[in-house]
Amino acid sequence: MTETVSGNRGLLQAEALIFETGSLARTGVDMPAPKGRANRLGGLGRKVAPALPGLSEPEAVRHYVRLSQKNYAIDLGFFPLGSCTMKHNPRLNEKMARLEGFADLHPLQPTQTVQGALLLMEELARWLLTLTGMEAVALSPKAGAHGELCGMLAIRAALQARGEGETRKRVLVPESAHGTNPATAAACGFIVDEIKATEDGHVDLEDLKTKLGPDVAGIMLTNPNTCGLFERDIRTIADLIHGAGGYFYCDGANYNAIVGRVRPGDLGVDAMHINLHKTFSTPHGGGGPGAGPTVLSPALAPYAPVPHMVRRGEELALVEHAEDAEGTPFGRMCAFHGQMGMYVRALTYMLSHGSDGLRQVAEDSVLNANYLLARLKGHFNAPFGGQPCMHEVLLDDSTLRPHGVETIDLAKALLDEGYHPMTTYFPLVVHGALLIEPTETESKAELDRFADVLIALAERAKTDSAHFKSAPHLAPMRRLDETRAARQPKLRWKPVEALKTAAE
Amino acid sequence: MTTKYTKDHEWVRIEGDVAVVGISTFAAEQLGDVVYVELPAIGKQVKQGGDMAVVESAKAASDVYAPVSGEIIAVNDALNGNPEKVNEGAEGDGWFCKIRIANAGEADALMDASAYADFAKA
Repeated sequence: MTETVSGNRGLLQAEALIFETGSLARTGVDMPAPKGRANRLGGLGRKVAPALPGLSEPEAVRHYVRLSQKNYAIDLGFFPLGSCTMKHNPRLNEKMARLEGFADLHPLQPTQTVQGALLLMEELARWLLTLTGMEAVALSPKAGAHGELCGMLAIRAALQARGEGETRKRVLVPESAHGTNPATAAACGFIVDEIKATEDGHVDLEDLKTKLGPDVAGIMLTNPNTCGLFERDIRTIADLIHGAGGYFYCDGANYNAIVGRVRPGDLGVDAMHINLHKTFSTPHGGGGPGAGPTVLSPALAPYAPVPHMVRRGEELALVEHAEDAEGTPFGRMCAFHGQMGMYVRALTYMLSHGSDGLRQVAEDSVLNANYLLARLKGHFNAPFGGQPCMHEVLLDDSTLRPHGVETIDLAKALLDEGYHPMTTYFPLVVHGALLIEPTETESKAELDRFADVLIALAERAKTDSAHFKSAPHLAPMRRLDETRAARQPKLRWKPVEALKTAAE
Repeated sequence: MTTKYTKDHEWVRIEGDVAVVGISTFAAEQLGDVVYVELPAIGKQVKQGGDMAVVESAKAASDVYAPVSGEIIAVNDALNGNPEKVNEGAEGDGWFCKIRIANAGEADALMDASAYADFAKA
């Protein structure tokens, strides 16, 4: 790799931190001197000038454009990040979300003036309840983990109402779970108890049975699970947990694989969050806020948080206070009503696909993942015997390691090939995991191109580990020292001496 | 003064009624560069197989379980700020904590070095 004099690489500009750019004496705007000079701060005024970055307008514009060019996005290329459902964000969604009547609303407007927006939320709720076969939905949670919190708080409220809030403290979580599951349970004051996985990557029913008891609050389970496999015993698991007096929280992160095909309510689920930003294509991963509506079974519906909507004749209204509600809400998840822009995008996606289209979303996402599995399993190890997967493919680095190449090295080499890497080292139950989620929006040609790259890299690993150990070679930054970054983190920029003096 | 191993890759060295505990060299290698160790509070009661500490590498955070039941009487403060000691000497300077053993028989069922070597290979 030739180093350049400028530090730029081709037309990709090298860029320093904004604090290291420009000079403190410079500014992009001329402000008139303030009128009135009397200082009323009583000696509490700033002693030195704030060390704000000093850039002219063109410098500021270039700084952010250069940073934006270092970004990777679903609009730029394939984004096979497992468990994240990085599907295409249809432009129709964006067009609808920008309609003035939706985009310019204020959350404190009188409800008579936002009947259209409330009608949209009511219709979105109806779709979510129909698709999931559940009783109630809390639209307000802001994203997946917030939705988990909503579901677990509803479970805690139901247990308290039964007088078992202090006795049922244990929440069962499979060892392959998303890290947010045990974190959510702990945040709600529960004690986390792990359930083992079987050799073929499912929940170990025998281990589950030994962990049931009168102190069990519930189970948190993802289906399809994080190994990309459908928990075929899910009805038995639901019956077991209900039989023990607990509730069933389903992590809806992988709902894309079953939307339109399976109704979680039919599986015995009591609560599940739905990532609108995954399954229903609203932007995420730096592209927009998430939204994690949480659906609840009849057993938990009375505890749904405020605000929620009620219909009074022709008019839609919002119940803002627990004492005005019919049930006994556990509280409130956020100040207002959630992410309106995401509701518009998600409902647009639902209406433009229809129920048959949503079913095809699930089918094609599973088909695409199995196509990749079929192409890759001769070249990488597929744990759990290479059985058919759901919407994501789990591989590991066990065939690469004898050649001195690990998962991290393969991921870095993929950067050189122009791909965002797949999810690495997750789930934890598989050593050196590589989790690939293609989603339904990639064409066969794109999947083939990606498979060809991975296969070529697997071949190269056999003879040229040096290439992998020093990758990436072509990315804007070379291999970062992740260990040092974690051991000696620099969490904020500090002024160098010269700048400090200049500011005084 | 023999060292025993658990199937969760902890080691334990019995010194009288005190057990010195850490993670195995094999485990440290598998984790890669250790970046943080969360040690238990002194005085905490731990149960064999229950949560005791957390070890974090660039790849993952893992629970470390107590190989024997008892009370935490000392922790290796040197690991705070120098987590690399775990990689440099997992079964030496990289020890995690000391437990006053509550039940003398508990360690007997654990693996010895050669049994553990076979287990780790499998």
